[in-house]
Amino acid sequence: MSSIAVRVRDRRKGAGLGLVAWVLGIVFFLPIAWMALTSFHSETDAATNPPSFGAALTLDGYRDFFGTGGGASPWPALINSLVASVASTVFVLLLAFPAAYALSIRPVKKWTDVLFFFLSTKMLPVVAGLLPIYLFAKNAGMLDNIWLLVILYTSMNLPIAVWMMQSFLAEVPVAVIEAAQIDGARLPTILARVVAPIALPGIAATSLICFIFSWNELLFARVLTGVVAETAPVFLTGFITSQGLFLAKVCAASLVVSLPVLAAGFAAQDKLVQGLSLGAVK
Amino acid sequence: MTATTTAPLATSPTRTARQPSDRLRAWATRAPLLPALIFMIVVTQLPFVATLVISFFDWNALYPKARHFTGFDNYQQVLSDADLRHSVWTTVLLTVAVVLASLVLGLLLALLLDRKFRGRGFVRTLLIAPFLVVPVAAALLWKHVLYNPEYGLLNGLLHYVGGPQPDWISNNPLLAVEASLVWQWTPFMMLILLAGLQSRDQQQIEAAKVDGANDWQVFRYLTLPHLRRYLELGGLLGSIYIVQNFDAVFTITSGGLGTANLPYTVYQSFYQAHENGLASAAGVLVVIGSIIIATFALRVVSSLFREEASHA
Repeated sequence: MSSIAVRVRDRRKGAGLGLVAWVLGIVFFLPIAWMALTSFHSETDAATNPPSFGAALTLDGYRDFFGTGGGASPWPALINSLVASVASTVFVLLLAFPAAYALSIRPVKKWTDVLFFFLSTKMLPVVAGLLPIYLFAKNAGMLDNIWLLVILYTSMNLPIAVWMMQSFLAEVPVAVIEAAQIDGARLPTILARVVAPIALPGIAATSLICFIFSWNELLFARVLTGVVAETAPVFLTGFITSQGLFLAKVCAASLVVSLPVLAAGFAAQDKLVQGLSLGAVK
Repeated sequence: MTATTTAPLATSPTRTARQPSDRLRAWATRAPLLPALIFMIVVTQLPFVATLVISFFDWNALYPKARHFTGFDNYQQVLSDADLRHSVWTTVLLTVAVVLASLVLGLLLALLLDRKFRGRGFVRTLLIAPFLVVPVAAALLWKHVLYNPEYGLLNGLLHYVGGPQPDWISNNPLLAVEASLVWQWTPFMMLILLAGLQSRDQQQIEAAKVDGANDWQVFRYLTLPHLRRYLELGGLLGSIYIVQNFDAVFTITSGGLGTANLPYTVYQSFYQAHENGLASAAGVLVVIGSIIIATFALRVVSSLFREEASHA
């Protein structure tokens, strides 16, 4: 068969399979679309069977969630999540960037072993260290303290960040760094002035991944925080048991809490794979 | 990648290795690495050692004075306790089912997305979305908005076709948890496999087609062998994340109806039952399970890693 004939046949089949892809994409997205629609319905319209697709839209679910009609305000939890995610991401970058330099541009001996040590810590389940951390926090008076979560989230994301940054820094041309060295620049200057600007897209991608993971985390936050340092996912666990008609409120809450992650994830779709596979897939 | 391009820059070892200036230089090379390394050892390795030690003690937090060394008693108790053994089984079942189902679905979607069609980028975005919903929010969405027997979307849609109105979570609790996780993890598998598909040798495929190979033959003899590594990687990384799953079990069933997996059981035994020793022993068992998976995972990652290094 000629190459052209193959292409023509493929194109016709491609249209049909494209349609299948569209249908599956919509099926996968349907729960989210339905969640978004329900969040704008009134509670009575949200809880009908069969579902009321065309019901009037209202912001009541959101008003309810943000506590204007009484009930706890989610703002402290959202702000805690923001602090924990942003601060831990900054710490991760500060630690991972020099480490990645020592693993790629000017590698230490046995640098692959070190890289794999970082990876292996990621495979240690969270529950394995949960109890000692809890006991330590209790004795040190750090329970219900957002900075404890910052430290833990930093350790949770550092291996991912080291792996990602290592692969990004490996792409920095050595000649540029050598030139800076000849000009007498010291390491901190080289890192900040020469390497960082080149690796900026990589640093941005790493930050997004670390931010998402910290924002999502539940187990540590659930065990180690209470009233003061409660994060957004912990706030959401308040919706686990049904509270009468509350579907619109649940949908509004889930959507608001997921919004930063959805935004960050869509912004960095390609980097998502790289981060999740710890840099193994580019 | 790095191994080849940066080798000349590495400090030359041998020759004068014993001279102080060289030793100093070696430490200067290591210095940028040390903060991260020390931080990781302190925050992740020390607590695990503590868990290991506590696992050999009979220690209920409510009776701190009665704490004493018991050797392997906790392990014996964990392994002989019917509930705990059940949670081991649940963990295995949950992990295997979710990983396999999302791998198969992910492969299907990746194959569809690998073709050019109108709106491909948009469909890809639609498919990634489930992975970007905060896990607790996703679990709430399934529990209340989809599964609810009275006003959930699933029964709502069944209503239109005159179908039955089952109570999804009560009838099949573990399956209910698994379905929500498959929904979240399929996009992850799809992304990894799509990366694998796009790294295939297109000329080779074109040549095979011109030689008369049909789609199935191309898939079976060219695509699948190439994808093996990516399937392994997706499967193993998925296993590592799902073995540890807490959010879905905690939210959808609160560990009830026989869905308590090991992480949930560990959480419960110290957070609610205050059995520190037992919780630690269960924790150590989770680690042993993870080490077994991780050993394979590390091998796969390192072979992909070396492969990419040799390409550059």
